[in-house]
Formats: sequence, C-alpha cells, structure tokens
Amino acid sequence: MNDKLFVKGSEAIAEAAVRAGCRFFAGYPITPQNELPEYMSWRLPEVGGTYVQGESEMASMNMIFGAASTGTRCMTSSSGPGLSLKAESLSCALGSKLPHVMAIMMRGGPGHGIIFPAQQDYEFAVHGPCHGGVKQFILAPSTAQEAVDLTYSSFDIADKYRTGVLILGDGFLANTIENVTFPPMKKLEDLPQHKDWKITEYDPNHHKLITSYFPPEIMEQENIKMGQMYEYWEEHETQYQNYLMDDCEILICAYGSTGRICEEVVDELRNEGLKVGLFRPITLHPFPKKVFEEIDYNRVKLIVSVEMAIPGQLVEDIKNYVARRTRVEHFGRSGGVLINPGEIKEAIHKMVEE
Amino acid sequence: MEIVYKKSSNFIEAGHSFCPGCSHGIAHNIMMDTIDEMGLAEKAILVYPVGCAANAMTYVKPNVVHAPHGRAPAVATGIKRCAPDKFVVLYQGDGDLAAIGMAETIHMANRGEHVTTIYINNTIYGMTGGQMAPTTMMGQITTTTREGRGLHGEGQPIKMCEMISTLGEPKFVARYALDNAKHVIEARKGIKKAFQMQVEDKGYAFIELLSMCPSNWHLSPKDSVKYMEEEVIKTFPLGVYKEEV
Repeated sequence: MNDKLFVKGSEAIAEAAVRAGCRFFAGYPITPQNELPEYMSWRLPEVGGTYVQGESEMASMNMIFGAASTGTRCMTSSSGPGLSLKAESLSCALGSKLPHVMAIMMRGGPGHGIIFPAQQDYEFAVHGPCHGGVKQFILAPSTAQEAVDLTYSSFDIADKYRTGVLILGDGFLANTIENVTFPPMKKLEDLPQHKDWKITEYDPNHHKLITSYFPPEIMEQENIKMGQMYEYWEEHETQYQNYLMDDCEILICAYGSTGRICEEVVDELRNEGLKVGLFRPITLHPFPKKVFEEIDYNRVKLIVSVEMAIPGQLVEDIKNYVARRTRVEHFGRSGGVLINPGEIKEAIHKMVEE
Repeated sequence: MEIVYKKSSNFIEAGHSFCPGCSHGIAHNIMMDTIDEMGLAEKAILVYPVGCAANAMTYVKPNVVHAPHGRAPAVATGIKRCAPDKFVVLYQGDGDLAAIGMAETIHMANRGEHVTTIYINNTIYGMTGGQMAPTTMMGQITTTTREGRGLHGEGQPIKMCEMISTLGEPKFVARYALDNAKHVIEARKGIKKAFQMQVEDKGYAFIELLSMCPSNWHLSPKDSVKYMEEEVIKTFPLGVYKEEV
C-alpha cells in the first residue's frame, strides 16, 4: 500500500494502527467513526490480523481484553456514548495492566448526543472514565496527520507502561479527508514479546493470572504503584504545541480540532494588533500542567479556553492550574455546531474590551 | 497397589474457600482430571468469571484470565482468535452467564467460537448471598424472592441448553448434574467429549452442570442432593440437546 493517501481521519487512524502492529480489532457500529471499523474489516485480514464485529460496545472492549492478554497489539473504537458502555471493561483492562488502544470520537451532548463535531467528553475521558481511580493516556490529535503519528506511537506507549491509550477526536477529525503520509509497517518480531505476563506463555512454576482483583494489602500496593506511574508520566510523557506563546499577552487554550482552528485565530488576531498565543495540549492525560507554572502572569493578562463544549470543561482544569494568577475565560460552541474563527475572534475582542 | 484415583496435578497445593457440599469442587475435579488425562495443561487458558466460580482461579495451575462480570465469552473470543492453537475453557455461573452476560453468551455461541463453556447452574447467586438468579425455579425462596419466585413479575427460569441448541453454530450442547456418582461420571464423559471437539477444532460446545449450593439453598449437603433430584432436575431436564459432531 502507498505511504501517501488522501483519506478520512478515521481511515488514517486505522492504517496507522495496522502499521504499528495492531493485529486484532473489535468494534460496534456507531457514528461518527464507522469508517474505522469498516477499514479494519478488510485491512486486518490482508496482514494476517483479525477483525470481529462485537455484539455490543461491552463485548468489543472485552474482546480487546482477551486479545491483549495474549500480548497481541489490539484496538477498538467508538464514540462518546460507546465510551460509557466500554467504561466497565476499560477499568478491568487497565486494572489488569493490559496494553490496548482505543479511538473515541466525541458527540454533541448527553444521552444520544448528536453525531456532529463536538468536544463534550473531555471531562468524562480525562477525569474518568473508569471506576477504581485508574487512569490512562488521552491523546488529542488536531489533524489527520497528527492522528496518524499519535496512533503509531500509542501502541509503544501502551506496551511500555502496560496501559491503555485513548485517542480522543470528534466528527471533524474522523470525517475530514486529508493528505497523510504513513510511517513504515512494523515487523511483529521487533515488537515487545511480553513473555513474562502474556497468558500464551506457560510455565508450570509460574501460574499466570490476569486479574484486577487482589487482597487488600496487595491492592493498596497496586494503587500506590499506579499513582507513582501517573506522576512519572506527568514528568516525562506530556506533549503540547506552543504556538507564539512566548511573548503573548492573551493565551488561547484549545485542543484537537478546536486547537487547529485556533491557530488561524492567533494569526488573524496578531494582524489585528493583539499579542495572542496558543497552548494546545496533545496529551490531555498526563496533562502538561507545568506550562502553567512557567507562564509570566505579569504579561499574560487573559487566558481563554476555547472548546466545542458548553458548559466549558477544559476551562475548569485551566482555572485549577492557573490558581487565580490571571483572568480565565471560556468561549465555546456545542451540540454539534462547528466553532468558527470569526466568532472566536469576536469573543476575544469583547473580553479584551471588558 | 494400583492407584485408581488421585487428585489432579493441575491444582496448586492450597486450601480452598468453597462451602461444604458445594459442587464447584466436583466440577473442578472432573474438569482438571480431564485436562490431565488429555495432556492439555500447557495449552490451556481458563477464563474465569465473577462470583463463587472465580474462587478457583487461584487454585489451578493452567494460566487464567479473570474476565469482567458476564463478559467471559467476549474475552475468550479475543483470546482464541489471537491464539487459535490454545485450549480455551470458560467457567461461568448462572448469574454471570445467563443474566449480565446473556448477550455475550448467545453471540459467542452464535459465532461458533472454537472454545468450551462449562456452565455451573445452581439456581442462585451464591457469592452475594443467595439472591434470585435467572435460573431460580418457580416458587424457590431466595433473599430477593421471599415468598418464592413467580409472585411479583420475576418471570420463569431461563433454560440455557434449550436456547443455545436453537442456534446454528454450536456443535454440542448438553446438561448434566453433579448430585450422584452416576451423574458425575456422565458429566465427565460430556466434558471430555467437548474438550476433544475443541482439540480437533470442531466448533463450540456448551456443557451445563446442575450444581448444589447448600449454603444458599439453606439445606444440608444431604438434603441438597434430594432437592436436586426432586426439584432441580425436573425443571432442567438432563440430556444432550444438540450434537452435530
């Protein structure tokens, strides 16, 4: 297959996963990401992998649980409502330290929501979505190319820390057709073999048990180790884009598709005389909190969290990290109404005048 | 002297937490004995559920995956599709398999995954203290049906062998009981047949084992045997429901 393709974001993620060594996919049809499982259904058999259409989101996630326990690189995908359904098994998979990747395309509101582009699940994905206090990586690509690069590396992250990586996007990312360049196909023999824990390796003297259920003392130790791991991630694994932040007086915070739109907003506002910069977190967990300790709050008089979410969700975290050292505002559209640069600019001009 | 019976070498030498008179021990004995006899321990991956059935996951030597509640069929699907040369057995109770995991159970059976299900039906939720299960019989008293099942819209007991045998892909569906030696020997033969089918890649097999739960039936082990003969087997008739081998 050609390394350069003109494809939808969903398909770009799927091909990047295959090239990263993903050989098992299970999913359930749900908009706006159906092209991802559809792509996997014909592409995985081509490379000797397996695609299974699950009877539900829960079943699909549990098939990933089973596949991961054999040490196979595996993936599922869904949308916001599907993440709710997957949450139980996701907690079990993370608690059982099973590496896996999932792509979630957010929808526009609670319940059925709406299929059009929105970012209503930041709160749920980043501060959840699991019982038991377990966490995972949340990556937020802003373009199809970035989605390819992040998906490709996400399997390495999952294997390295025996954790899950959730790629959080929306209908805009999933359905926009773009030019992307794919990295090379990885050789399965070069991937981590996980001989010490995968259940396909038998050792009569070492009973292998994959579980998330432990006696109290061991459970506490497991939780302590998890907490230490999350601190390590925050120190070593955060990613963000700094676009003209270093001299800015107004800082826009935005991620994913909105982050991409806000790059244009920064350029236009600079032309209009406002010294604006953009902070675009790529890892929503671990979050690049340190950025907010390095900001010169004598210079940055206004921070605006721009999100396709109402009420604002990212803004609550920003307020927490800024800790009243400067003014923090929110501007958003929601419900599947795509945010546009003109209205963001207008909102910021208005905030400056206030 | 000739050894006519010994404990399976697939058990770890440790105590266990099953109640007196519980059938999980018998079910495990015949299951592990068969794995021994067929030399399958190295290839075996046992998928355990949530509930009393899961107690055994630390007593056995083969590798174990502990699935979320009711989801063992989906987990086993992921395992078997990624490791088709492995021998995958699901061990599930009636609450796990026929209530919360009904969808997973039916759909795995309908896909005809090449695995074996051992289904423990004791008509009650054991670990949580004796609540009504999908298999609880009409009139049976539990902690959530104090006057007996059937008076307050609880429906009737779900019969899994009967349901699964209507599907196209399952190749062997049978119900046995663990109440006396004759029945246990028959159950062992059924398990062996199901295991052999998986070894030969012949498709999905579903083995139901009617089991006793004296603690939550509030009967002595001896009276539990009588209850099994007089009540349970009448509701859940023994026999082979489907055989296409």
